[in-house]
Amino acid sequence: MENLTIKATDDTPEVSFDTSGVMILSGRSLPEDAASFYNPLLQWLSDYGKSGVTNPVVFDMKLEYFNTASSKMLLDLFNELESVAKSGVDALVRWYYPEGDDDMQEAGEEYAELVEIRFEMLTY
Amino acid sequence: MNRGFIYDTFNVVQQNKIMLVYQGEFNQDIAKSVLAMTERNLDFFGEDVSVKRKIFNVMVECLQNICKHAEHSDARLREAIFMIGMDKDTYFVTTGNHIANEHVVGLRSKLQEINQLDKEGLKKMYKGLVSNDKGLSEKGGAGLGLVDLARKSGEKLLYDFSAVDHCDTSFYSLLIKISKNKIIQ
Repeated sequence: MENLTIKATDDTPEVSFDTSGVMILSGRSLPEDAASFYNPLLQWLSDYGKSGVTNPVVFDMKLEYFNTASSKMLLDLFNELESVAKSGVDALVRWYYPEGDDDMQEAGEEYAELVEIRFEMLTY
Repeated sequence: MNRGFIYDTFNVVQQNKIMLVYQGEFNQDIAKSVLAMTERNLDFFGEDVSVKRKIFNVMVECLQNICKHAEHSDARLREAIFMIGMDKDTYFVTTGNHIANEHVVGLRSKLQEINQLDKEGLKKMYKGLVSNDKGLSEKGGAGLGLVDLARKSGEKLLYDFSAVDHCDTSFYSLLIKISKNKIIQ
């Protein structure tokens, strides 16, 4: 399978999903139609899980902001990652948030409570 | 046309400490322009980064709420208003748009329910809604906007519904306060 790379726009984040297991989502996520932006990402993750690749996944979340529609899609993404992890691939989410951004820190902690994947909280 | 209205409008805007007002039709591009303009304004004032983040968060949800819900076949009733202002240490973000009368009861009870909850209650409600299996609505909404506004602002949501004469809609006003003192401690 191929890598998934999408450039950032002023309302969608940069995506860099690599078959080596390094996945990065960074920037702002406030699209009007969050489903059409995130569905290809979900599909890619699902394909990754089925591809037989066993490289451990490190998912770097470096979003500076996301709207509520994106928040729902992010949970779908983490659920998909949970399925991948259950198939025997080691998975870790590194949740980056700006020092002092309590809302972003709390958002990361809430996702960590909602899914069974390891979360590491990091400031930048 | 009475040209005095320009001065009158200027006075109303100044007296109410309004920094930016936009009235008209809303869409994603206009929302982004309003956001960019406000961000530049706040940078110009040298506003604290955490206050700016908070305001940005609140504005996005407010603006996207209007984009999704200000719908009517009559263009005049599709028009909505967005304002941001600051009085002393409190920013206020307000929106106003027409909504169908049949939606007033449901929306009012949702607002009342949210306003009764404390921080923990809001968190629970948010987590319940984000993880339910309903998915996004036809309009792409997560049904999380108002809860998110209450959580991010840490204030009660102030709202009002005004009857509009001779039509099946009401004017829905929403005011979100963002207190700087609560953010910078």
